[in-house]
Amino acid sequence: MSETKLRILVAKPGLDGHDRGAKIIARALRDAGFEVIYTGLHQTPEMIAEAAVQEDVDAIGLSILSGAHMTLFPKILDQLGSKGCGDVPLFGGGIIPDDDINELKKLGVKEIFTPGASTQDIVGWINENVSPRD
Amino acid sequence: MAGQPARKDDRKGRPQFSTISGMELDECYGPEDVSGPAPNPGEYPFTRGVYPSMYRGKTWTMRQFAGFGSARDTNERFKYLLANGTHGLSTAFDMPTLMGYDADSERSLGEVGREGVAVSTIDDMAVLFDGIQLDQVTTSMTVNCSASILLAMYLVVAERQGCDWKNLGGTIQNDMFKEFIAQKEWICPPEPSLRIVTDMIEFCTKEVPRWHPVSISGYHIREAGSTAVQELAFTLADGIGYVQAAVERGLDPDEFGPRLSFFFNVHNDFLEEIAKIRAARRLWAKIMRERFGAKTDRACLMRTHCQTSGVSLTAQQPLNNVVRVAIQALAGVLAGTQSLHTNSLDETYALPTEEAVTVALRTQQIIAEETGVVNTADPFGGSYAMEALTDRMEAEAQAYIDRIDELGGILRAIEIGFPQREISDAAFDFQVATDNADYVTVGMNGYRSTGAAGPSIETLKIDMAIEKNQVDSVKRVRANRDAAKAETALDAVRAAADDGTNLMPPIIDAVRASCTVGEISDVFREKFGVYGDPAWI
Repeated sequence: MSETKLRILVAKPGLDGHDRGAKIIARALRDAGFEVIYTGLHQTPEMIAEAAVQEDVDAIGLSILSGAHMTLFPKILDQLGSKGCGDVPLFGGGIIPDDDINELKKLGVKEIFTPGASTQDIVGWINENVSPRD
Repeated sequence: MAGQPARKDDRKGRPQFSTISGMELDECYGPEDVSGPAPNPGEYPFTRGVYPSMYRGKTWTMRQFAGFGSARDTNERFKYLLANGTHGLSTAFDMPTLMGYDADSERSLGEVGREGVAVSTIDDMAVLFDGIQLDQVTTSMTVNCSASILLAMYLVVAERQGCDWKNLGGTIQNDMFKEFIAQKEWICPPEPSLRIVTDMIEFCTKEVPRWHPVSISGYHIREAGSTAVQELAFTLADGIGYVQAAVERGLDPDEFGPRLSFFFNVHNDFLEEIAKIRAARRLWAKIMRERFGAKTDRACLMRTHCQTSGVSLTAQQPLNNVVRVAIQALAGVLAGTQSLHTNSLDETYALPTEEAVTVALRTQQIIAEETGVVNTADPFGGSYAMEALTDRMEAEAQAYIDRIDELGGILRAIEIGFPQREISDAAFDFQVATDNADYVTVGMNGYRSTGAAGPSIETLKIDMAIEKNQVDSVKRVRANRDAAKAETALDAVRAAADDGTNLMPPIIDAVRASCTVGEISDVFREKFGVYGDPAWI
């Protein structure tokens, strides 16, 4: 384990209010020893990228259950790129069909967790795939 | 692990035997555990049901929540459902409509028509109910912070069809307290939100007397992760908040009380769910009579809609969801619900296909026609276990209501995040129980399939072109209307927001002048401020 705590942004884009999952993940990541910043609901892609820059995070987790994932993930990737943090790993969870998962991974989303994933699965993935940005 | 599920039938080895909400049960209940015979169904405090003969008179209303894509798409689904035996309509709007944005707002991008039907203008609303005579059906509309606008549109469409508002029956959800607690769709802060709800209760009591101006909802509280007791307690506390506000407005609880309706979740734990709804009726009757002095029984009767639990369904082995829905629906019926929505087996993936929604509707018809449970009212009445559980649900919910009273009422409790935190804690505890397989969900954390993962069912796809069409259509409406008339109408809404007169008449006029959902919501934003998520973890 590294001395510095990984900083993870848990973000909830879109207009829907389904924050049960995002809040559980935020809490589980905090309990697992990460520094967690939770954006709250109804965030635009711009707001999320801005928060990632401001908070200098090591990874961003998005929760999307509204069906708008094919619009929101690419927009957020664009925003991150334009703010010079295209290298921050972006992962996500929600109701996302397999075909869309493949497409999103091609675009640069690192991992997608679907219903039934445990909090341990997500903590384990972060530990293996995210490292502090210098 | 796959194919070799841990055996969970060695129940003696488990530390406790509790409901899904963590309520521990006795091995067996007897006469010493119950308080005495409950009054008959149809008698105060209505624990055993709201009518003496219950479903002998008529079965519950089979009301399937529907809405996707364009108003035309949803109109077709409505007609399909009516042709297949539903008794009433239930409208699901898309997220932009629910949050008070037009289809062409930046905020709406990617969300138009996805989670429900897109309605930005009176023209959309007219298409949605095209060919359906609104004084001949009852319609439920699930919409909250923009409810005043959508109700105004419904009334104007009815007027254009030649219907008298006095003959319109239906329900608008309009429960803003539970939005702040659980569903999280809002425009302005809690206090002005309550003012708008109270305006609607006042307006409907006078002008649309058969309409239910608020559906006090536990459903979303439960879906957000609450326990059964929390669902019950926070729902009734919300109800107390609305009645209190209406009484302070000078309204008579005997007059508006009968038009309040409720909406509960029916989750997996069969006995607990039936007990919850029995306890809800008893608690509400006492609240209306003892707290608010309602004299008539009609004002004390809790009429409720129920919906099976979306969150209990699994993406894994989706056909199993048919079984879950059937058992939950049976619990709702045995609890004496007045109307019921049964979820479709594919709802963990998408809005339901026509095939899936048909199975869900047929599930209700099988319960009504084949199982015989409609023949006698409250068959669980007098069961030692059921009566003891009902008493416990009542006592534990009352303790929460007392706590909320101590905090200064539900509005204050929401402002400091009390119910929100209680629900977050319960949701987290349940996730831990799931992760540790202390609570087993078949197909998900136990009894997993050995085959390939992923759905083995067809799911509904929403055409991306809908968003573009909808954007064009709202722009067209704005271009073609009398601009001066629209601006004057919006000014009248602003004036009412300022001077405290009832907002409904000027909102109805604004809708007649083709003002949009987004424009009228913008007046709310301008006059009442915008609420932001406190983002409590």
